[in-house]
Amino acid sequence: MDEFILLFHFDQTMGSPSPEQLKIYMKQYHDWVGGIAAQNKFNGGTGLSTEGRVLKPGNVITDGPYAEIKETIAGFITIKAKDFDEAVNLAKNCPMLNGEGNSVEVRKITGTHAKD
Amino acid sequence: MKESGLIPDLFRTEYRKLVSVLCKHFGFDQIEVAEDIASDTFLTASQDWAQKGLPSNPVAWLYYVAKNKARNHLQRDFLFANKIAPEIQNNSSNSTEIDLSPQNINDSQLQMMFAVCDDAIPSEAQIGLSLRILCGFGIQEIADAFLTSKETINKRLFRAKEKLRERKTKIEFPGETELEGRLATVLTTIYLLFNEGYYSVSQHQTLRKELCLEAMRLCTMLVENRYTNKPQVNALLSLMCFHASRFEARQDKNGDIILYDEQDVNRWNAELISKGGYFLDRAATGDQLSRYHLEAGIAYWNTQKADTSEKWENILQYYNHLLQIEYSPIAALNRTYALAKANGKEEAIAAAEKLNLKDNHFYFMLLGELYTGIDNQKAIANFKKAYAKARTQADKLTIQRRIDNS
Repeated sequence: MDEFILLFHFDQTMGSPSPEQLKIYMKQYHDWVGGIAAQNKFNGGTGLSTEGRVLKPGNVITDGPYAEIKETIAGFITIKAKDFDEAVNLAKNCPMLNGEGNSVEVRKITGTHAKD
Repeated sequence: MKESGLIPDLFRTEYRKLVSVLCKHFGFDQIEVAEDIASDTFLTASQDWAQKGLPSNPVAWLYYVAKNKARNHLQRDFLFANKIAPEIQNNSSNSTEIDLSPQNINDSQLQMMFAVCDDAIPSEAQIGLSLRILCGFGIQEIADAFLTSKETINKRLFRAKEKLRERKTKIEFPGETELEGRLATVLTTIYLLFNEGYYSVSQHQTLRKELCLEAMRLCTMLVENRYTNKPQVNALLSLMCFHASRFEARQDKNGDIILYDEQDVNRWNAELISKGGYFLDRAATGDQLSRYHLEAGIAYWNTQKADTSEKWENILQYYNHLLQIEYSPIAALNRTYALAKANGKEEAIAAAEKLNLKDNHFYFMLLGELYTGIDNQKAIANFKKAYAKARTQADKLTIQRRIDNS
């Protein structure tokens, strides 16, 4: 079993959802993660706040990347899967993919400490 | 009450206090001495009371006698140590006065709980020691609870005590920084003890109920102590109250299990349900959400018999969250059942097919339930697979009834 990270890229040019919509999205998201956890393939992960700070060379600190780029990372989870195929299979039902412009990035975690 | 019934009752409530206080005084490495003095006190009581009749205050009598026995032991020990090792004469811990104040009795029992619930020994040994030292159970009763022999239990407890001695276990509260972690082990042991009673295959109904009540009593002691009264402790107590509320309703006169759907709601214990609610409220402080919070939330909704969408949506989300904190096959199956109730059977069947639990008869029971009304042929086929995999006669009977009804 390897560990993979699923990064949720959210297209913020599409506008923010209404509270009712958001409630539905959250349920879909939790049902999806719950399904992965029920297969004992969930490792960890969390949502991220919409605000943030970005640090750049020369001691430059700005209030988040939002003015400059169209998408933001909404959150991530890490999962257990035997290979990329399985990881992609688990990722493809992510309800965020119902939203135009959003994407889920699947990356294998290689880590610096040896693990088998 | 006649002394024949009184002594076993007193043994249940006072033995653990004597052992805890004495053991704290002597140090954990002398736990057998503490147990011997406590047992010996009860032996003296049964002989003395049979001859002279009951003392006016039996508990005070026990404490007085135990104190004297401890003092004699310490003085003998002290003389012995003095002769062979005079240099320890000024050791400060040689006080011969045993502190049997209510505060020290209470603290000692809680501290003993921390001493015994140590991850260095297997969880069944933790439960065994808890039952022996903190619940005053006899070795035979513990053997009955674990469906094993007295010899096995004796060996298990002996090895566990050896291990704790090696680790130089102390009878004291863990420091503030350690508390959360140590408390987690204590709570796990209490919950296992409760489950041992609630789900065990033992036919011994009275004993099973007693295990549950003891688990609740130990948890109550933690809740009543300022130092250990944490949200997750209240959540565990709440959870056990909710479960225990169905104790009477879930078996018929012959001791056979009555499934949740067929239970008479009037036999649910309303007092325990409201107690569960009270402790769940008290658990809702701080910022951590333990597995006990989530399980108490599920247990709360299970005390609501009506099949509302609100109920199943809440249960589903609690399971979604619980599985992320701690996976277990049974939680995965229950989550899938809740998914069927909240989102429909089609979605639940798809989710169930992805579960890798094909050795588990409950898995095929679930699939049978999910296919019922959608594809009855498949439903029966799955119930039959469940029947083939079921290990106990009681489970096979339940499944056969389900097949006959479909």
